Amino acid sequence: MAGKDDDVKVLGVVVSPFAIRVRIALGIKSVSYEYVEEDLFNKSELLLSSNPVHKKIPVLIHNGRPVCESSVIVQYIDEVWAAAAPSILPADPHDRAVARFWAAYVDDKMFPGMFGVLMAATEEERAAKANEALAAMAQLEKAFAECAGGGKAFFGGDSIGYVDLALGSNLHWFEALRRMFGVALLDAGKTPLLAAWAKRFVEAEAAKGVVPDAGETVEFAKKLQARTAA
Amino acid sequence: MAGGDELVLLGTWPSPFVTRVELALGLKGLSYEYVSQDLRNKSELLLSANPVHKKIPVLIHNGRPVCESSVIVQYIEEAFPGDGAALLPADPHDRAVARFWAAYVDDKFVTAWVPTFRGKTEEEKAEGMKQLMAAVETLEGALNDISKGKPFFGGDTVDVVDVALGGMISWVKATEVLAGSKIFDAEKTPLLAAWVERFAELDAAKKVLPDVDGVVEFAKKRIAEAAAAASAN
Repeated sequence: MAGKDDDVKVLGVVVSPFAIRVRIALGIKSVSYEYVEEDLFNKSELLLSSNPVHKKIPVLIHNGRPVCESSVIVQYIDEVWAAAAPSILPADPHDRAVARFWAAYVDDKMFPGMFGVLMAATEEERAAKANEALAAMAQLEKAFAECAGGGKAFFGGDSIGYVDLALGSNLHWFEALRRMFGVALLDAGKTPLLAAWAKRFVEAEAAKGVVPDAGETVEFAKKLQARTAA
Repeated sequence: MAGGDELVLLGTWPSPFVTRVELALGLKGLSYEYVSQDLRNKSELLLSANPVHKKIPVLIHNGRPVCESSVIVQYIEEAFPGDGAALLPADPHDRAVARFWAAYVDDKFVTAWVPTFRGKTEEEKAEGMKQLMAAVETLEGALNDISKGKPFFGGDTVDVVDVALGGMISWVKATEVLAGSKIFDAEKTPLLAAWVERFAELDAAKKVLPDVDGVVEFAKKRIAEAAAAASAN
């Protein structure tokens, strides 16, 4: 299993929330890895052979064996490097189920709205997608109050956990979208607990150097829009 | 099962997601109380157990609800480790492969299948069927690679992939009737076709897989209702 001779590679894209969460998970476990930035318009042979089914990033390649799908990868990391504290998923089965529920909620309800703000063809569509994402953020604010109410720093408690990874890996996009379209998905007035949580998340050791800055994200977004429009 | 465990499953017939949970419970040999829900007049119990989505299935274990069928199946596996055969293998990489394919069933197979009978136009239905058949082909390859000649995705015993896909069996057969074409075709995807028959023979499956004729009638009713509502607008 995990050992000194572990060879760990991550195929990703710097701004992808799905790749970012995998990299932060490795950081939480203090696992060194080689990072390979992929060009999604010119996918490498390694990516295509490691993820033949979806041809998507992120892919974790551990001692030559690929693991695909970010939620699967994060759970894999938690299990392989279980000896390295802290754990990413909690120990209690019900708490684990709650964490999986909310992480899925971020991906199924918040992310599509957020991505829709970026890709919207009309201002009407953009507003509709923003409302979707904002509704999800309001729900997540409630969830945070319920699970971390009583003053915990993160959804996971004292350290970044499974839900924190899912939501925190999108933070740079919130700021990028605010700059590009004036859409504020993270608003201290509307979701004060999450606004404070976000500051703690980006300051965490494991997140440093992995979460890109908003400027870089805006540049990437403009390139993506240009290529998609072409 | 440990003494004092109370399991309540909120569901409706013939939801394949409820069937999936019932399969997992049955495979683990767990007793539970099934409380049928009226989705057109949602109960206080359902609304309080799943306030976020207000959907079934919900599994309530000793008063604590778990929502989302794939989350529930993993919960059953983790909360009852001593009961029945394991639904996930021990090795982390094998577990990752199983989770990947269980997610594939939801993200690609189920997503493609929904428009094949709910599609509002013939184009939508045809596109859904095309994507569904592509997913079926991929799953055939997966079964070939993973099972290594053994009967199930989990090898000798059933795993989360078998459960995820197994819960869909009655609906797939019903869709074959409604669409007039084979989805698990013994000629095109022989491994999956054999897997379907084998899975349906399991005791746990025989107990909970909805009767296909019943599902066909249910689907026809729903399609007619949707058409009536659409023309009324």
